[in-house]
Order: sequence, then structure tokens, then C-alpha cells
Amino acid sequence: MSDFPLLVVENLRKYFPVAPSLSDLFSRRPPKIVKAVDGVSFSLARGEVLAIVGESGCGKTTIARTLIGLEQETEGRILFDGQPIGMRERRTLAGLAMLESTTPAARDVQTLPRLPLKRLRQQAQMIFQDPYESLNPRATIFEIVAEPLVVHGLARQRTEQIARVKAALEDAGLRPAEEYFLRYPHELSGGQRQRVVIAGAMVLSPKLLIADEPVSMLDVSIRAEILNLLRDLRQQRGISIVFITHDLGTVSYFADRIAVMYLGRIVETGLTAEVLKNPQHPYTKALLSVVPVPNPRLRRERVILQGETPNPANLPTGCRFHPRCPAAIAPCRVVDPPPIQVSETQQAACLLVKTPSPAP
Amino acid sequence: MLETWFLFQRNLSAFWRAFRRNRMGMAGAVLLLSAVLVALFAPLLSPYEPTTVIRDPSGRGLTFAPPSVHGPLGTDDAGRDVWTQLVYGARISLLVGFLAGLIAMFIGSLLGILAGYFGGWLDMLLMRVTDVLLVIPDLPLMLVLVATLRQMELKISPLVVLILVIGLLYWTSTARLVRSQVLSIKERQFVARARAIGAGHVHIIRKHIVPQILPLIVANTVLILSTAILVESGLAFLGLGDPTQPSWGTMLNFAFDRNAISNGAWWFYLPPGLAIVWVSLGCVLLGNVLEEMLNPRLTAHHLEGEASVRPAGEETLHE
Ligand SMILES: Nc1ncnc2c1ncn2[C@@H]1O[C@H](COP(=O)(O)OP(=O)(O)OP(=O)(O)O)[C@@H](O)[C@H]1O
Ligand SMILES: [Mg+2]
Repeated sequence: MSDFPLLVVENLRKYFPVAPSLSDLFSRRPPKIVKAVDGVSFSLARGEVLAIVGESGCGKTTIARTLIGLEQETEGRILFDGQPIGMRERRTLAGLAMLESTTPAARDVQTLPRLPLKRLRQQAQMIFQDPYESLNPRATIFEIVAEPLVVHGLARQRTEQIARVKAALEDAGLRPAEEYFLRYPHELSGGQRQRVVIAGAMVLSPKLLIADEPVSMLDVSIRAEILNLLRDLRQQRGISIVFITHDLGTVSYFADRIAVMYLGRIVETGLTAEVLKNPQHPYTKALLSVVPVPNPRLRRERVILQGETPNPANLPTGCRFHPRCPAAIAPCRVVDPPPIQVSETQQAACLLVKTPSPAP
Repeated sequence: MLETWFLFQRNLSAFWRAFRRNRMGMAGAVLLLSAVLVALFAPLLSPYEPTTVIRDPSGRGLTFAPPSVHGPLGTDDAGRDVWTQLVYGARISLLVGFLAGLIAMFIGSLLGILAGYFGGWLDMLLMRVTDVLLVIPDLPLMLVLVATLRQMELKISPLVVLILVIGLLYWTSTARLVRSQVLSIKERQFVARARAIGAGHVHIIRKHIVPQILPLIVANTVLILSTAILVESGLAFLGLGDPTQPSWGTMLNFAFDRNAISNGAWWFYLPPGLAIVWVSLGCVLLGNVLEEMLNPRLTAHHLEGEASVRPAGEETLHE
């Protein structure tokens, strides 16, 4: 095991063009873009679980899809196991992005061998949000779980294939596995389907699991089971997990660190205990205040955010949270706050954060 | 493989259970199947050859004999048995229809899948070609094509010319249908998942796209079949069939040529006309029911839970 992080994301940006409306065409306005992810950096150690938390539309899924190469990043760099991934690197090599090669960092990256997408997709697996949609309705459970093996040309022997599929299904809590082999997704419940998805993701023994809201579409009663399953897999296999959720309540379950996102940016990051106990950014505080707390005496004062999430195609000036921020001051309208170190492990991007805060 | 066979049987029997209770579908299947059986067993259904001339005891050809005088359907202007021509004609009509329909289905599905999946210039090209084919009137175009190909005296049978011309012109509706389905399927999450585990285009098309649209293609083929049979009849009626291998359309052409109507010989022109209606009605009924039962758009994915353990399409039973 090497000690450099498994995953390093630097200044990742993903912009989507917005199809222009008719009036845009006539008025010759410049084409609009949605800044779905707008300068996100984080790293993930081996065996670590990082939770990315944020409201709907803040760009969580876009990050996940970019990590696995389903979207091409607009800018930034992703290093997996020390190797650059993504199409952009390929373009740099092809000499199309001349600009980049002028910065020393980019030159370093170019000298590194690039990790082919197919190799990346063998070592990193993604769990999609909707278990009702992520399984091919006309494939059997066996075919679905065996598919990664087939695609990567592993376990060509029939007996070995069966053994690995069986083990993956049983590890995912579907026992006896043989009973599921010839069934179709529509014969399973949502929770069972998500277990099939997890089995399919684990059959290759990946190093990284990207779980995009794995329980948000499930019945409340089975969410805990699925979360427990993920936690067990992590404890037994020591894989790293990027755990995406909009629900701070599920985070303390098993995340080591939290990154709170707002409109394409990470506004606060730190160890889970740290952030939950001592949130610094007003947005984190607001999110935390609406999480139900079992002990009524510990209940915080509720901060209800004003207004809707602004449109990522039309970002506010200054701090992008200021129109909804209960603590906003005048400079917030002009200054886009950089991340400020709160403690050794905690950072928050807010002008009001005092540095360094005394350890709690 | 054993389990593939097992699954196939299980799916088939589930489908059959739903289909059996659909009256329209069953009616269509019976119409179509009976025509196919007649074509297959034509020699058993008639003691004559299509060209045999029926003679009266004095040895003269029985021309325009009504059904009361001879056989189930009388004779034509040359004294040949109409029933015999009808059952042998089924072979030609169905053969041309099936082969042309299969060609159209194959080209249409292939182009539709490629255009829908890859998009880009291929898609643009395909759409423009189908636009052009849609605005050009079919019949005159085919008349010109068939006539030209005949003129060139290539050593191919007129039937093959018909099959190729129909097959190469009628793929556009299939292509458009398949393309639009593929466009929506490729955006679905299980395709994204397949890409995310590292699957390539060929694997995704074979394992994830084709299985979703295959039922639709089957239904569409049955509908195309009816078009192909109708078009063949039309062309043959206009005299572009093979006179040595008469189809139902050719029979109609003969009947009108030899003044069957002015002679009041309804048994000469009605049976082939009704046979064409019989088969195309069967195809349309069966095709529509199949499409309804198998169309992926009509089976909701999100409500699939308990509701669709029953095969899709069973709703139609309770009307
Ligand atoms: N392919 C796309 N084209 C255009 N805009 C897109 C595309 N994908 C995402 N977006 C936009 O990017 C923003 C972020 O979307 P994303 O799906 O990443 O949000 P999310 O945080 O996952 O939300 P949710 O919790 O609802 O899943 C949204 O405003 C969305 O409309
Ligand atoms: Mg999402």
C-alpha cells in the first residue's frame, strides 16, 4: 500500500451548455452555461469514506459521473492512484490543449502514463441513485452481476464465473444466491435491486466505490440495511467510498469526512465529527439545523433558508450563498470567499469564519 | 445453454398466457397462420396443377365455369381451376411479402440502431434519406425501378426484382421507429451503468439496446409484412409480377385483362382480392396487438414492482 491518496481531485469544473431559447438567438446574447461543478478539490485516502452533501442540483451527480469518466471535465484534474484520468489528459497528449502544457504542473502530469478509462472502470465502480432504473429489465440477475467480469474478460471459466457471482451476491446479502440467478429485476424489491447493484459493483473488488445517493430512492425502512451493508463492505474490504447524499442524517453513519456542497462548490469540509459538532459555514449550520436529533434537549435553533436554490446557470456575484445567507454582510455581495483553514482538517469558505478557531 | 433455453421457455409461456386471452391478436394470428398453412400444403389442397386446363367430357376447355359447374371456385378464361391458382398464389404472395419484409426490417433496424446510438453525421444522413423517401410517391418510384430493372435484362427472376425493390424501399418507417426508441433507451441509467463498468459500444448495443427493442421489431415486422404483401399485389396487378409464377396480384391482373368483370365471373376476381384482405388484415391485427403488448414505452419502468410481474399487456383483457 502506498501512502499517497487514492483519489485526488483538483479544481474540477464541469460546465454544460444550455440550449439557447428563441429570444436568445434573436438578441444574440452569448450562449449560457450551467456551471454544475465549479472548482472542486478534494482528496480521498485509501480506505476512507468521504461524504459529499448538498441540496438537489448542487452538482453531486455531475462530480460522480465525471470521476468515472461518463462526463468529460471542462477543467481540472483527477488523479486516480497517482495517475491522471479523463479525456482532458488525452487531449493534452494529442496537443490540442496547448495552453495547459505551459504550466509546470500540467507538464508533470503529461509525463505520467495516463490511466485508460477501461482500467479505471475496473478499479472504480459507481452505484447509481435509482435502483429501479440502473438494472437492464431484460437481463437476469446473474447476467447483471457477471457483466463486469465479462466486459473485462475476467473469470472466463464458467465455474469460476458462477463462484464469483455467487460470492458477490451473498456478500451483498442475497442468500441463497442461486435463487436469484435466473430472476429478473422486476421480480425484486427496491432494496434487493440495490443489493444487486452493489454485488455488481463489488464483483471486481474495486479500490473505489462511488455511491450516488444509494438509498434516496428506497423505502425508509430498508435504508439502514443498505447503509449497514456498505459499511460492512468497507470494513471488510477496506475500499474507499465517495458517498453522495443530500441527507446529513445518514452521514454520521459511516463517513470519515464530509464535504458540503453548494451550487457547484465545496463550502465546507472536515472530519465528520468536527463538522457536525462545530459547523462553520452558515449553509452547513442551516443544513444541520433541520436534521432531526433524537434528543430534544440537544435540538439546535432551526435556521430556515430563504428562497430557492439559485439557478447554476445564473450565479449570484460574490459569495454564491449570500442571497440566502442569514448572516450575510455587505462584502459578501462582492467577494467570493476562498476556503479558510479552521483547524488542521477543517476548512470553510466564508468571510465570517474566524481563523483559527480554538479547538472545541 | 440450458438456462437460456429455460428462460426463453418461461418468457414465452408468460407471453402466451397473456396473448391467448387477447381476441384481436388471436384472430390475427389465426388469419395469418391459416394462409401460411395453405401456402405450405398447397399440393395437398388441390388435385390439379395451377396450369392444368379443366375439360368437359367432350374435351373442350371449360372457360369461365362458375363454382356450381366446377370445383369450389370455378375456372378462369383459359379453363384453369381458380382454387388451385389461389392456393399456389399464396406461396408467391407470402414468399415475396416475407422476404421483402425481412429485408426492410433488417435494414431499418440496423440503420435505426446505428443512427440512434451514434448520432452525428450518420443520423443526419439517415434522416435526410428517409425524408426524401417519404416525399417521393412510392408507387410511381417502384414502377420505374421495377420496369428499369426488367429492361436491363439482368438474369434475375422478376420475383427477386420485386422482393429487392420492396425491401429496399420500405425500411424507413422501421428505421425511424427504432431510432427514436434507441434515442430514449441510450439515455437510461442501465446504459450509463454499463458504460461505467467499462462496456464498449458493441457490448452495449448487443446486450442493452437490442433486447429492449427486439419485441418492437418483431411487432413492426408483422406490420411491414402486410405492407409488403399489399405492395406486391399492387405491382403484380399492374402487370409487374411474374406471369409464370402468379401471385394473388397477378391473378387479379389476369382477371381484369381477360374481362372477368364484363363476363360476370366474380369467382375469378373476388377470391384473390379477399385473400389479400385476409392476410393483410391478419397482419395488421396481430401486429397492432403485438406492438401494444411489447412496446417498451407502454410498460412503465417505475411501476414495475408488483404490477408488472404480470406480463405487460394484460390490461387489454379487461376492456
Ligand atoms: N447533461 C446535462 N446538461 C445540462 N445540464 C445538466 C446536465 N447534467 C446536469 N445538469 C445541471 O447541472 C446541475 C447539477 O446537476 P446534478 O445532477 O449534478 O445535481 P445533484 O446534486 O446530483 O442533484 P440531485 O440531488 O437532484 O441528484 C443541475 O442544475 C442540472 O440541471
Ligand atoms: Mg444526483
